[in-house]
Amino acid sequence: MTGNTIQLDNNGNLKHFLTTEGLSQSLLQKILDHAESFATVGDRPVKKVPLLRGKTIANLFFEPSTRTRTTFELAAKRLSADILNLNISTSATSKGESLSDTLQTLEAMHCDMFVVRHANSGAAHYIATQVAPHISVINAGDGRHAHPTQAMLDMFTIRRHKKEFENLRVAIVGDVLHSRVARSEIHALNTLGVLETRIVAPHTLIPKEVESLGVHVHHDMDEGLEGVDVVMMLRLQRERMRGALLPSEFEYFQRYGLTGKRLEKAKPDAIVMHPGPINRGVEIDSSVADSERSVILQQVSHGIAVRMAVMAMTMGRSGDDMEENE
Amino acid sequence: MSEQINIDELLTEMASSIKEHTGRSGHEDPLMIGIKRGGAWIAKQLHEQLGYSDPLGELNIAFYRDDFSTLGMHPEVSPSQLPVDIKNRHIILVDDVLYTGRTIRAAMNEIFDYGRPKSISLAVLIDRSGRELPIQADIIGKTIILNEGEHAKLSGPEPLALEIKQTG
Repeated sequence: MTGNTIQLDNNGNLKHFLTTEGLSQSLLQKILDHAESFATVGDRPVKKVPLLRGKTIANLFFEPSTRTRTTFELAAKRLSADILNLNISTSATSKGESLSDTLQTLEAMHCDMFVVRHANSGAAHYIATQVAPHISVINAGDGRHAHPTQAMLDMFTIRRHKKEFENLRVAIVGDVLHSRVARSEIHALNTLGVLETRIVAPHTLIPKEVESLGVHVHHDMDEGLEGVDVVMMLRLQRERMRGALLPSEFEYFQRYGLTGKRLEKAKPDAIVMHPGPINRGVEIDSSVADSERSVILQQVSHGIAVRMAVMAMTMGRSGDDMEENE
Repeated sequence: MSEQINIDELLTEMASSIKEHTGRSGHEDPLMIGIKRGGAWIAKQLHEQLGYSDPLGELNIAFYRDDFSTLGMHPEVSPSQLPVDIKNRHIILVDDVLYTGRTIRAAMNEIFDYGRPKSISLAVLIDRSGRELPIQADIIGKTIILNEGEHAKLSGPEPLALEIKQTG
């Protein structure tokens, strides 16, 4: 079963959101359009709309996370849903409960949506195949595979600053090997039709299959940043590195750290993005992270709007009744 | 039904009714808000004719609809825009067709999430039969009786035209 047959219902509406791969350009644009409407909710005196009133959403985090979990939580609350935060790593599974037992327990509590983060690639997809038909699953990061809401909030941030995708050159810099964010970004950028996507990283941090995704690979950072409109930095995922992939953080920063001087290679109006949390002085210089070119904090606020859009789209699908009667 | 409805004429009448209504109630300097999309088109015309100084507000009630769980996300995505603080203001809410009353309920719910207005009056171009909630308009362009399968639909914004359709 491919990602798409499970992500969409019979009417082509988003049922689960597991990966950006294989979704149409119009669907990705629709997510961004809806996010644009939801973005205004945060500016109002009452930062809440009643769309998902009475729905229950469970944040299933098998892997720790602060920013993703909190923005999903805020998104759910702004849609008036009730949300449960479950840090599974520290609860049931440590007592020996199996994943399917955990899921059945939560279904018995009448949850309507699972937001899943897991260290294994394909975990959210597996859960989506196991749950009752009325339940939607959103992937909040699975292993090295995908982090689709992060990719979409990055697309939202790019669209806000650059309006159109067609003429953009985008550089994704850093630890692509361990990055589920990079994979989801590449698929989304391809579908949205950017002019060029570049990967800038040392040999050891680039996955083998990456060129088949239609990206240009650069090992020299100055070359890679030449004339780009968007610089997307990645976090060096030291916790996932086993073995000698890197000489030292100092040396990494010397070659791949984003400094003000390096940024001069990019277009004068280029924006700097980072999915966070940032390692200052490892992949990005503090002065760049805090500069006017940096849109890192906007990415966080946009994450709430994009997650609201995806939650609303998966939970409210037209023609749902018909499908259930079939 | 082939009855011709002159919308420009109705709008002129509505504008003077609104003036009379606000004058009578002592609601000086009201704030006008149109419901997207048809209501906002009507409101734009009325707002120009009445020469209000405050900018026109526009509501997208998609997030407040009561049929979300069966119909899903509404395709209308342009966000609500209320450029002026509505707290303690007299509001004239404008829609194109008043039918079940559910849209107006949703719009009022949304308005209260922006603040507590002093009052809300409702102006509609067409008041048609089929109310499902206790909601009435204060200013009506034209009242028409339609059966359940018939729909009054405004197209626009240029030109504005009303069409009565049979739906199966």
